[in-house]
Amino acid sequence: MAVTALVGAAGAASMFELLQLSPPGWGANLLRGLWNSILIACGAFGLGIGIGTLGAFGKLYGGPVVRDLLAVYTTVVRAVPELVLILILYYAVTDAVNQTLLAFGYDRIQISGLAAGIAVLGVVQGAYATEVLRGAIQAVPAGQIEAARAMGMPPGLLARRVTLPLMLSNALPGLANLWLVATKDTALLAVVGFGELTQETRQAAGATKAYFTFFMAAGMLYLILSIGSGWLFARLERRARRGQPELHG
Amino acid sequence: MRAFWKPHRIVMALIALAIVVWSVLTLRWDWVPNYLGLAAQGIWRTIWLLATSIVLGMALAIPLGLAQAVGPRILAWPARTFCTVIRGTPLLLQLWLLYYGLGSLFPTIPWIRQSEFWPILRQAWPYGLLALTLSFAGYEGEVMRGAFKGVPKGQLEAARAMGMPRLTILRRIWLPQALHRALPTLGGETVLQLKATPLVATITVVDIYAVASRVRQDTFITYEPLLLLAVVYMAITGIIVLGFRWFEQRIPSRVA
Repeated sequence: MAVTALVGAAGAASMFELLQLSPPGWGANLLRGLWNSILIACGAFGLGIGIGTLGAFGKLYGGPVVRDLLAVYTTVVRAVPELVLILILYYAVTDAVNQTLLAFGYDRIQISGLAAGIAVLGVVQGAYATEVLRGAIQAVPAGQIEAARAMGMPPGLLARRVTLPLMLSNALPGLANLWLVATKDTALLAVVGFGELTQETRQAAGATKAYFTFFMAAGMLYLILSIGSGWLFARLERRARRGQPELHG
Repeated sequence: MRAFWKPHRIVMALIALAIVVWSVLTLRWDWVPNYLGLAAQGIWRTIWLLATSIVLGMALAIPLGLAQAVGPRILAWPARTFCTVIRGTPLLLQLWLLYYGLGSLFPTIPWIRQSEFWPILRQAWPYGLLALTLSFAGYEGEVMRGAFKGVPKGQLEAARAMGMPRLTILRRIWLPQALHRALPTLGGETVLQLKATPLVATITVVDIYAVASRVRQDTFITYEPLLLLAVVYMAITGIIVLGFRWFEQRIPSRVA
């Protein structure tokens, strides 16, 4: 009994030593990885909403060709694993940029993992965001949009003043889900060797052989991130729904 | 059929066909015959992992959903915590925690090394299957919670009034109706689970994704194996979607 307690205490002490921020510990590496993960998730989420807004308006109001192309985009992206898309887009994007640079007489450049990660995950998020935002726009009462049109509002102003604010409360639950997917999908960039949280954790764990300590610590960081942002999105939705009658089931 | 083949669609289909013909003629496909056997094994392993993890995961998800929906607090709380933790952390992290963590812990315990399961536990696939199963159970536990709660109360009260034992109510009334409600969601979740399977390639399980990576390493051809891989996944997704649609149509439902 005493022996196990002693071993446990020693284990706990070495665990905290491993997670310290200063160099014998790997805490700083994990936090740097977390920061990279958050940066990529934010960038990809923002890019995804941008693509999604354009895509949703294109699917609803675009011509037949635009609609079919968007249908192909959302179907293909949602049917192929993110890991495969990341590899294809990662190589294709780097290749395309370098080919263009060479064609214009510049030298090849090394594209940063951060930019490539944001671009790739953004394209993936865009496909899901298109569907979320399309549903939310369709749920806006048609009378509101028709009234704005009858007043002679140009389409851009109509989108900015009427459609987008009104659909926000419908879109927020879906967007919150997408944000959580974005934070978790950043882990996939570990496979192409980018130093986000999961990759940093694997390196720390591999160097010290303390696999449980580091993977559990990283899990806690992810969990804090997702629970914290879940709380934030719940507040945002309450704010977006202010003034709307509450639903009683 | 007339409604689908509008003029612009015919033009788009011709362009798509031209792209396919162009890629067949100009890209390199000479490596395909050498890897056919390996690819078939890989596809089989992907489908096997998908099917097994879904069956085992559902078997876990039903008690998890039930515990969250109606269980006493002592059961509901651990179930909710499990679902939150699984849904709040990346699958890749869970997979590596199980593979590297348990994989480094097991050899230090003598009775596990001497047991007859050791030859299985030394391989990578049990950890991949475990991680996929737990992940599916976590997501589906949440889905089943909603599905169990959504069954109309009158159905359960009627069954109770008829004097049905509680297990029979669950088996005959509650579970079938809950599954029927959850079926469209489960179809989508099955596709998501398929898209999660290539992660096991990172712990040396040779699924179809790992086969494509190996072709890339052996032959230094980048795009062709990846494109073919995407086509394979799209085909499997299509089969899953069609299968669920067929299954949903077979269940009679009354639309009010």
